[in-house]
Parts: sequence; C-alpha cells; structure tokens
Amino acid sequence: MPVTIHEVEHIAQLAHLEFSSEEKKKLMQEMNQILGYMEQLNKLDTDAVEPLSHVIELKNVFRADVVEPGLQTGDALKNAPSKTDEFFKVPKVIGEKE
Amino acid sequence: MKTFDAIKADLASGAATCVQVTRQYLDAIERQKDLNAFLAVFPERTLSQADLIDKKIAAGTAGPLAGMVIAVKDVICMQNERVSCGSKILKNFISLYDATVIRRLQDADALLIGKCNMDEFAMGSSTENSAFGRVKLPQDRDRVPGGSSGGSAVAVTSGMSTASLGSDTGGSIRQPAAFCGICGLKPTYGRVSRYGLVAYASSFDSIGPFALTVKDIASVLQVIAGYDPKDSTSADIPIPDYNSSLTRNVRGLRIGLPKEYFGSALNEEIKSSVEKSIDILRKNGAIIKEVSLPHTEYTIAAYYILATAEASSNLARFDGARYGYRSDDADTLSAMYVKSRSEGFGPEVKRRIMLGTYVLSSGYYDAYYRKGQKVRRLIQQDFFEAFNEVDCLITPTSPTTSFKAGEKMDDPLQMYLSDIYTTSANLAGIPGISIPCGNDSKGLPIGLQIMGPQFGEPLILRIADFLEHQK
Repeated sequence: MPVTIHEVEHIAQLAHLEFSSEEKKKLMQEMNQILGYMEQLNKLDTDAVEPLSHVIELKNVFRADVVEPGLQTGDALKNAPSKTDEFFKVPKVIGEKE
Repeated sequence: MKTFDAIKADLASGAATCVQVTRQYLDAIERQKDLNAFLAVFPERTLSQADLIDKKIAAGTAGPLAGMVIAVKDVICMQNERVSCGSKILKNFISLYDATVIRRLQDADALLIGKCNMDEFAMGSSTENSAFGRVKLPQDRDRVPGGSSGGSAVAVTSGMSTASLGSDTGGSIRQPAAFCGICGLKPTYGRVSRYGLVAYASSFDSIGPFALTVKDIASVLQVIAGYDPKDSTSADIPIPDYNSSLTRNVRGLRIGLPKEYFGSALNEEIKSSVEKSIDILRKNGAIIKEVSLPHTEYTIAAYYILATAEASSNLARFDGARYGYRSDDADTLSAMYVKSRSEGFGPEVKRRIMLGTYVLSSGYYDAYYRKGQKVRRLIQQDFFEAFNEVDCLITPTSPTTSFKAGEKMDDPLQMYLSDIYTTSANLAGIPGISIPCGNDSKGLPIGLQIMGPQFGEPLILRIADFLEHQK
C-alpha cells in the first residue's frame, strides 16, 4: 500500500515537522522504497510468536524510596532558550490561530 | 601510535610522563584537523588532569587506566561540556552531569581528551550526516570512516587517542572499526550503563570501546562494565576478569560460520580474508562448523522498523521549549515546535522520525511495529539455537570495505544495507567485536566480526586476541 502525499503530510503533522513540497515528494518516494523493503516481513507467519520488546530477561526493578539529590531549578534552566527566574518561557498557547 | 601496554612501559621506566603523553596526542589532533574527527578538545583540562595522575603514579596510588588517553563520541554526556550529538539542534547544549561511563573512566584515572564527531544522533553508516561536516578516512580522504561513530574510530586509527568510546545501535562501533582497521566492541545489551548516553533506540543502544588491540578493549570494558542503579536496564551480573580470559588458546572451541553471512552479497576479497583467519583457528584446534541463522534476510527490515520507531519517540523531547535550538520564526507554541524541529534536525534524522512515526501510527502499528517485534524474537531465537551448537560465530563485519564519500547519500536503503551483518547482534542483544583482518587490493582495511552469547565477552575477546597475535 503506497504512501501518498496526503499521508506524508499527516505523519509530518504527528511528528511536528514541516517540509517543502519538493521535500515531501522526495520523502514519499523514499518512504515507499523503504517501507516496501520492510514488507518482506509479511512472508513470515508470526501468528504464534510473542513480540520481543526487551532482549534481556528483566524483572521489575525496585529501590528504596529514599530522596537523593536531583537537578535544581537553576541548573535545569541553564540550557533554556528563553526563561524567567523560575520558568521556561514559550510563545503564547491560548488564542493560537489554527 | 602506541598501545596502552607501551605507554605503561614508558611511564614505568620514566621514558615519559602522562603530561608528555597527553601533549603528543594533542599535537596529533592539531596536525590532523582536516580529518574532522573531533568536535571539542580539552587541552587545559586534560593536561592538568595528567599532571595530577603523574603525581598519583609517583605515589603509587594511580588507577588501572592511568596514562590511557580516551576520546569520547559526542553523544555521551560530560558535565559542563557541550554534547551536540552531531546535531544543530543541540549545538549549544551543555551537559549537566557525567554519564556513568565517564565517571568510571575518570575514577580509573583515564584522561578524557575530547569529544568526537559522529552521524547526527548516531543515525548513519558513514559519518557524513554530521551537522559539523563529514569525517574523513585517514587512509584515503575521499572515503568514509564508517559510522555512526566515525570520529571515535578515526581518533584511534590515526593516533589521536589510545582508545575511544562509541555507541552501537545497529553496527555503529563495529562497522567503523572495520573500515578504519582497528578493534571495536559492542558489549551485550545491559553490560554497560546507558545513563548519560543520549538515546537513539533505547532497546538497541550500547556503549563500547575502540582500541588498537584486543587487550586495550578488555581494559576499557573492565572499567565501564557493570550494574548501575541509574540505568534500570543495566544487568546486575558479576563482571569477569576480561584480561585473564585472553589465554591465547582456542583448542576445542566450537566456532560457527552462519552460511547466510557468506552469500553472494559478500565481496570476494573480504570472504577470502575472513576464510584465512578461520583456517588459522582450525589449524590451532578450533572446531569449525557451518550453522544457519534462517531469519537473517529479515534483520535489516526488522531493525529499521523498530529503531526508527524508538527514535521517533526518543527525539520527541527536542521541541525547543526547555533546551536545544529554538526557531526565531515562531509566534505560537505549535509553530515553535514545528519550526525548531524542522530547522534543527538534518535530513536523515527527519527521515527516520517520519518512518518511525509512520510505523507507530494508528492503522500501521500492528502491520509494522508489532510485526517487527515478533520477527525480532525469531532472530534472537536463531542465535540462541546456534549457541546450543557452537560457542561463538564468525562473520565478516561489513559486506564491503570503506566506500567513497557521497556514494550512498542519495540512496538511504543502500546505506541501511551496509549494516547487514551488524544489526543482528543488536536485535538479539548479544556482544560482537570487529577486529582487523587484512586489506583489500585497494589497501583498505577488512573487518572480521566475532559474536558470542549474551555476556560472552570473555570468549569473543579470547578468540579476537588469539587472531591478533597470529600476524
């Protein structure tokens, strides 16, 4: 099932990315080529196979609920592109035009 | 170019000090700037640390890596230093803490000389995807050093550090080690803490060393391996003495050759070089056996589905709000997200985010992502079954030697296929090492890969060290 330009736009929106119409066309071709290659997995019958999400057998990891030193506000703000004394500053959220 | 043993001998005899050793490496870095292997170098910091370690050596209190100079892939955090991940989006990001591997190397008195160039967010097989320019292969500057840890590999192969750290998600340590003619180890998943490694695909990512010799690889692994409460996926399993596993004896070891890795895609020169090494092992008493990993042809497809899915999720954090690049050209919050990401990420990273978002999106999740996870289990089972028959596997590291810069940049699928022999170890969570195995007719290095069962590092290091000493 080939990916359409419309789907490229939809996926870009989900991923918070934007592309020029040239880039979209190229992406559509590349995604179709790569996803087409991936479709060879359909040759395998995997109905009885459990999905593998973690390669090492793990048990849940617990630890004592002890407070340890963490990142202080001032440090956490060090890399902020825009900030006040205590907060990250971002453009207006309410009243956005769609 | 000196091994750690040679440096230690010089330090012991008084022929050199750590400060002098550091100066030699700093000079080598300065002389070979055109290779573009480093994104940051720390002369003052390293020299003052070297002076301190010289005093510790004199006092007899130095740690196991005293005198070893290490370069670090710029995807691993060092407190108060920039960590760019080869990306414009993190160009000015200063790390607030040390990765666990950095802490451990410093505690062992290693000298951390600088940060290495890489494919953006470790996505690539040629180190051409860096926002700060491509890294060049020292042997032929028109060619690529492999990737994504190309800078770390070049640092070692051209004498700019004794060893280096890379990260390997689908071959990013082993393939550049092969292209550059040095040793590179991807440890078992969970053997080395990932705390402080900027995530690409969390269920695949492993930190590991590059070095000139297997013994130096073992020495670095000894220090960086082990459980870390800050990485809940790190394994709480005892750390063996890796150096004592280098016995120079392979008699009776059962070595498997997966027939799918020696098919028609493999370059003839690489095939015959690898076969020569196998003959050496056979003559020295190893039992060589053909085995089958029947799902090999599906590894690249499964890998790129799962890795891009994890990447699209991991890279969602780069939104211009709390750190990293923010576009000047946004007056609403959603425009800030979209513009910061679109201007900050390079083309390959965007391509993988798009693919990953697609395979996770509603309607495609089962067909791609879940299917990929199921095939991952089949691939892992292939390995587990093979390791019932043999102790380890030997394959080529890469189907080709180094290729020309630009050659595969317009064809992402061709680039992905250069990982065809390496992604399987990440899918299965097993260790793999690449060691040099001769040169092709152009004089370019060939790599041989040894893979072992989970936590089988002692065994693969032993075979690698044995082969290294047959030349």
